[in-house]
Amino acid sequence: MSAAKAATSTREGLLASYEYLDSTVDTITELREKGFEEITAFAPFPEHHIEHALGYNHSPVRLFTLVGGLTGAAAGFAFTVFTSMDWPLVTGGKPIVAIPAYVIPAFEMTILFGALATVIGVLYNMRVPDLKGDVVYDPEFSAGRFGVYVTAPPDQMGTVRKILETHEPILIQDDPKGRSHG
Amino acid sequence: MATATDKPRGAQTHPDIRSYGEVNEDIIRMLDRPGKWWWILLGMSIAGIGLLAFSWGNQIINGIGVSGLNTPVGWGAYITTFVFWVGIAHSGTLISAVLFLFRARWRQSIYRAAEAMTVFAVMTAGLYPLIHLGRVWHAYWLFPYPNQRLLWPNFASPLVWDVFAVTTYFTVSSLFFLLGLIPDIAAARDQAKQGTLRHRLYKSISFGWRGTDRQWHHFGKAYLYLAALATPLVLSVHSVVSWDFAMSIVPGWTTTIFAPYFVAGAIFSGIAMVITILVPIRKIFGLEKYLTTKHFDAMAKLCLVTGLVVFYAYLTEFFMAWYSGKPSERAVFWNRAFGHYWWATWIMLTCNGIIPIMLWFKRVRYSIPALFVITLFINIGMWFERYVIIVTSLSHEYIPFAWNVYRPSATEMGIVIGTFGWFFFWMLLFIRLLPPVAIAEIKEVLPPPFRPKKKEVAR
Repeated sequence: MSAAKAATSTREGLLASYEYLDSTVDTITELREKGFEEITAFAPFPEHHIEHALGYNHSPVRLFTLVGGLTGAAAGFAFTVFTSMDWPLVTGGKPIVAIPAYVIPAFEMTILFGALATVIGVLYNMRVPDLKGDVVYDPEFSAGRFGVYVTAPPDQMGTVRKILETHEPILIQDDPKGRSHG
Repeated sequence: MATATDKPRGAQTHPDIRSYGEVNEDIIRMLDRPGKWWWILLGMSIAGIGLLAFSWGNQIINGIGVSGLNTPVGWGAYITTFVFWVGIAHSGTLISAVLFLFRARWRQSIYRAAEAMTVFAVMTAGLYPLIHLGRVWHAYWLFPYPNQRLLWPNFASPLVWDVFAVTTYFTVSSLFFLLGLIPDIAAARDQAKQGTLRHRLYKSISFGWRGTDRQWHHFGKAYLYLAALATPLVLSVHSVVSWDFAMSIVPGWTTTIFAPYFVAGAIFSGIAMVITILVPIRKIFGLEKYLTTKHFDAMAKLCLVTGLVVFYAYLTEFFMAWYSGKPSERAVFWNRAFGHYWWATWIMLTCNGIIPIMLWFKRVRYSIPALFVITLFINIGMWFERYVIIVTSLSHEYIPFAWNVYRPSATEMGIVIGTFGWFFFWMLLFIRLLPPVAIAEIKEVLPPPFRPKKKEVAR
C-alpha cells in the first residue's frame, strides 16, 4: 500500500463507516473485484474475515521471532561457554563447559531475544508508533463500527462512492486530499 | 454507538452484553469513577509501602542482623515470600498465554487483570533478592555479565539460572501485557475528551493505534508468537526456582519431583489470587456482566485441578521420605509434621489439601463469597507451603549439632506485610489508569453484527 504515497497529490479518498461485519466484507470484496486495491479497513477487534477479504496471508513478524529466538540461543551458549573458558575454574567436579547446565541460560535467552524481536517486528510492521495528527480515522472504530477507506484518482471517485453506498453505510466522509494511509 | 440489533445478542460467555459500544462504555467508565473503596484500599496500600520502607530502612541502616536469619537457616521469610510472589505471577501467564493457545474463551474477561497481576507480582518478587542481599548497594553483582568485575559467574548454579529466568520472565510478561493494552488504550483515548490530560496520556501510549487491517493483522500474529514463547517460559521459571532448592543436598529439598510440584503450586496459588482480586473488583465496579459466575466456575475448576496435583505432591514427598529409607529424609519429614514447625505444616495441609475439597461441589464453585473465602485460605496455605519447605529443611539438616530454630523478626514481618501494600498499590493504580478488562478481546467472542436479512453469512 505504499504506492499510495507516491500518488498522493493525484488521488482522493472516501471513508465509509459500517455497522455490520458482512457489509464491510462485501464492500471490500466488491472494491477489489472492480480493481480498487488502495483500501484500509478499520475494525474494533481483529476480524479474520476482513483480513481474508483483503488477501492477507502470513505476517513477516514470524521471521523476526525466529531470527530473534535463534540469535538468543546462540548468544546464550556463546555467553556461558566463553565466560567459563575465560576463567577455567573447576567447581563441584563438573566440566568447565557444562553444556546441560548451560541449556537453561541459553533457553531463557532464546525466549528473551525471541520476544524482544517479536515486539520490534510487530511495531515495525504495524508502522507504530505513529503519532501524526493528520490521519484518516473515526473514533467510532474503536467502539463498534467498521470502516473502509479507499483512495482512487479523482475521475473514479464516482464508482467508488457507488460501491460504498450499495452496502448500507452509516456515514461516508470525504477526504479530498487522499492522504497517505497505513 | 453502534447498536447492532434491538434483540440481545451475546455469546455463551457474556449473555448480557448487547453491543460493542456497550463494552467500551462499561470498561472505560471504570477509569472515571474510582469510588470510595478504591481510595480506602489505596490508603491501606500506601500505609503498607510505608511499613516496607521503614522496615527495609531499618535493615539497611542496622544490617541484616535485624532479621532472624542466622546459621543454619539462612533463607527464611524473604525467600519464602520471593517464591510466593513468583508463584502468584504464574497464573497470569497461564491465563493470558496458555489458555489463549488452547482457545479457552472464558479467559477473555479475566486475562488482562491476571496479566497485570503477573507483572506486579514479579516486580514484588524482584524486591526480595535485593532485600535478602543485606547490602543492597551491591545488587548489580547479581547480574552475570562476563568477567570484567572479577565475579566469575558460575553458569552451572541454579541461582544464576534464576537471575536469567526471573529477569526474562519480567521482561517478556511486561511486553506481552503492554502490547495487548495498545488497542484498548486507543479505545480509552477515543472516549476521552480532546485536550484533557487523560486524552494526551492515552494518545501518547496508544502509539497512534487506529485498528487498521494492517495493524490488526500483524498484531494478531505477534500476539500468537508471544503466547507461544511465554508458554514454555512460564513452565521454566518456576522449575528454575524449584531447582534453587532441588539441586542442593539439603534433606527435604533434594528431590526430582520439585519442578512439576512447584509449577502446579504456582498456578494453584496464582489462580487463587486472581479470584481473590477479581471478587472485589467485580463488586466495586459492577462487572457482573463481564465476570459471570461461569468465569468463576472455570477458574475454580483450574484451582481444583492444580490443588489436587499439589496435594498429591505433598503425599508423595512424605511417602518417598519413608520409602527411601534415608534417615535424614525421614527425620526431616517427621520433624515437619510433628516437630517444632508442626503448626506451619498443618496450616499448609489444611489450606491447600483439605479446604479445596469444597471446590468439588458445583454450588460452592458458583458462590462468589465462598470462593473468596476459600481462595484466601489457599493464599495463606501457599505462603506456608514455601515456609515449610525452606525453614523446616534448613533448620534440621544432617548434623544435630547444627540444628536450630528460626523465627522471623519484626523487621522481616514488616517487610513481608509491606510488600503486599506495594503489590496492591500497583494493582489499584492499574485499575484506575488502564482498561482492566480486555475491550477488544471481549468483542472477539461476541457474535459479530450481521445485516438483519442475511444471517446465513458464516462466522
